[in-house]
Amino acid sequence: MDNKKGIKKTTARLVLFTVLMFGFGYALVPLYDVFCKITGLNGKTIRVTENLNKEVIVSNRSIKVQFDANINGDLPWTLTPNQRVMRVQPGKFYEAVYTVKNINDRDIVGQAIPSVSPQVASLYFKKAECFCFVNQLLKAGETKEMVVRFEVDKELPEDVAELTLSYTFFRVKKVAAIN
Amino acid sequence: MSTLAHDDHHDHKPTGLKRWFFSTNHKDIGTLYLIFALTMFFVGGAMAMIIRAELFQPGLQFVDPQFYNSMVTVHALIMIFGAVMPAGVGLANWMIPLMIGAPDMALPRMNNMSFWILPFAFALLLSTLFMDGGAPAGGWTMYPPLVLQTGDAFPFLIFAVHFLGISSIMGAINIIATVFNMRAPGMTLMQMPLFVWTWVITSFLLIASLPVLAGGVTMLLTDKYFGTSFFDAAGGGDPVLFQHIFWFFGHPEVYILALPAFGIVSQIIPAFARKPLFGYASMVYATASIAILSFFVWAHHMFTVGLPIKGELFFMYATMLIAVPTGVKVFNWIATMWKGSMTFETPMLFSVAFVILFTIGGFSGLMLGITPVDFQYHDTYFVVAHFHYVLLTGAIFALMAAAYYWLPKWTGFMYDERLGKIHFWLSLISSNVLFFPQHFLGLAGMPRRIPDYNIQFADFNMISSIGGFAYGISQLLFVYIVIKCAMGGKKARARSWEGAKGLEWEVPSPAPFHTFETPPKLTKKVLESLY
Repeated sequence: MDNKKGIKKTTARLVLFTVLMFGFGYALVPLYDVFCKITGLNGKTIRVTENLNKEVIVSNRSIKVQFDANINGDLPWTLTPNQRVMRVQPGKFYEAVYTVKNINDRDIVGQAIPSVSPQVASLYFKKAECFCFVNQLLKAGETKEMVVRFEVDKELPEDVAELTLSYTFFRVKKVAAIN
Repeated sequence: MSTLAHDDHHDHKPTGLKRWFFSTNHKDIGTLYLIFALTMFFVGGAMAMIIRAELFQPGLQFVDPQFYNSMVTVHALIMIFGAVMPAGVGLANWMIPLMIGAPDMALPRMNNMSFWILPFAFALLLSTLFMDGGAPAGGWTMYPPLVLQTGDAFPFLIFAVHFLGISSIMGAINIIATVFNMRAPGMTLMQMPLFVWTWVITSFLLIASLPVLAGGVTMLLTDKYFGTSFFDAAGGGDPVLFQHIFWFFGHPEVYILALPAFGIVSQIIPAFARKPLFGYASMVYATASIAILSFFVWAHHMFTVGLPIKGELFFMYATMLIAVPTGVKVFNWIATMWKGSMTFETPMLFSVAFVILFTIGGFSGLMLGITPVDFQYHDTYFVVAHFHYVLLTGAIFALMAAAYYWLPKWTGFMYDERLGKIHFWLSLISSNVLFFPQHFLGLAGMPRRIPDYNIQFADFNMISSIGGFAYGISQLLFVYIVIKCAMGGKKARARSWEGAKGLEWEVPSPAPFHTFETPPKLTKKVLESLY
């Protein structure tokens, strides 16, 4: 019984399987993004283009939107929403303003990451314009007012009467394009 | 009939250092693995002693919190990758060829390499203890962004994990190649001893899960040094993604630690109950089901990260489902003992203790698997108690049972039964004094991985520490018993235990350097004797 061949074959298959599983680890990254988009898992919001010519049909529901702001780690910035609460009607675009200030004596680039709670609401929170779409450069001591233009989708589930939009600013060490 | 992969068959043993450094002999490599695992068991154990000394009283006594966290982190990595896994691989190396009537492992040179990677990997890991910024202290789970704050030790941690992964994968490939291609003619898969079966299934778990971990830690590395943003929120990544990747590996990993233990007690209990294993086929299928299910339950480690409610329910139900095949195994072991002519030599004592204590650990695992209550138990000492019941009184007790069971085959001498029994009772009592109170601490809300605690937890922590020191010291007795047994004693017969079944007991004790160079003739009678 010469099983050298068999051993070679088994080994080759198992090595191939190992390599594939290593690739699968990396495949989990895009898979996770897709999964999050479908389920709203990580609370990320949806970016849309506002159609100004379209007739606006507004729902008569009134949704309470609360605004929250955080700074991550040692980023020497302050971030405050100019309005804590807004009452919005689904289907209509609104603007909210945040004030951000660099309290350091150096220019710093930051990136705001949005999160909507409850998670399920993030699937219905649509933004046409947001300071979180790009990196923000703040000169030493600079204060900036930043706008987010958003709409709550009319399909928002009935049991959601209020939601929170939260932003966290992170220091950008590696300036990379994100959206 | 049995010309096999390795060409340089010696009739005599190579001598001196060469024998060990260049060994391609499965028994020598098995011995190396076992000695290495025992050494690492004491290194990791010393760290556990530091942890328990610090927790003996509330307040900060001996070490600073950073070092304490390093101890917690490195203790886990060493015990998992340095003690339990290599001990399992060592047993597989020694016993699988003997159990299936093969002359050696299929890939003897790779076998040598997969062992010798280990000391280097642990040299990398342990060298971090002496570095600026200290050893990794972010927990063995390596969650970002915390782990990215590790100092100079960080790349050492990542590469150590890579090497450990490579070593284990090579070991796993070798085991599967051996079992699939080198069984004695006539031995079908469903006639293999259960220890061989559990190792085949464990090997598949290793090959499927470790590369994913390797990918995950590589992403950590590139996030820190090469500007990627897999887990960096500022760059569009998500730190929770790491937890998904980690536990996709991490949950199968716990069965990588546990399945060989299942195999071991499935050999030992029939031998000392003098009855065939009850429900052999159901044991094989239960093991396979556990392995497959283990890939669909990972998020039960992450109930509190903010999963959608449907996700929480799915992972809760899938987790509960694992209890079914595990229950099958426990009932089979009990049924094997039922009305058997049982005797309680040390291997049997450890095996019976395994069945009882592993089941306790399994039940606390079920409690943790219930999503709503996990929100209370998460990251408390209840979790610590749970996984130490399944790993210490589970996996390690089974490994101890295996060592006592096969020591006569390895050394040719019987170990000192009286000392073995003393070692068992000391281990049994001290490990329960050590870990049982931790259930109460966890339920009362004591968080894990913190060097200090509220005064209300003081009494149980002191009891737990006393148990810890007692367990640590008791294990020195084990070393003495092993050395004494290797030096001499009562000569062991080929079939060292009256009720022991299987091909490994057909060769003399100690097992000669080369065995089964011509495959054994598996007549019906021999095959029947395997069970």
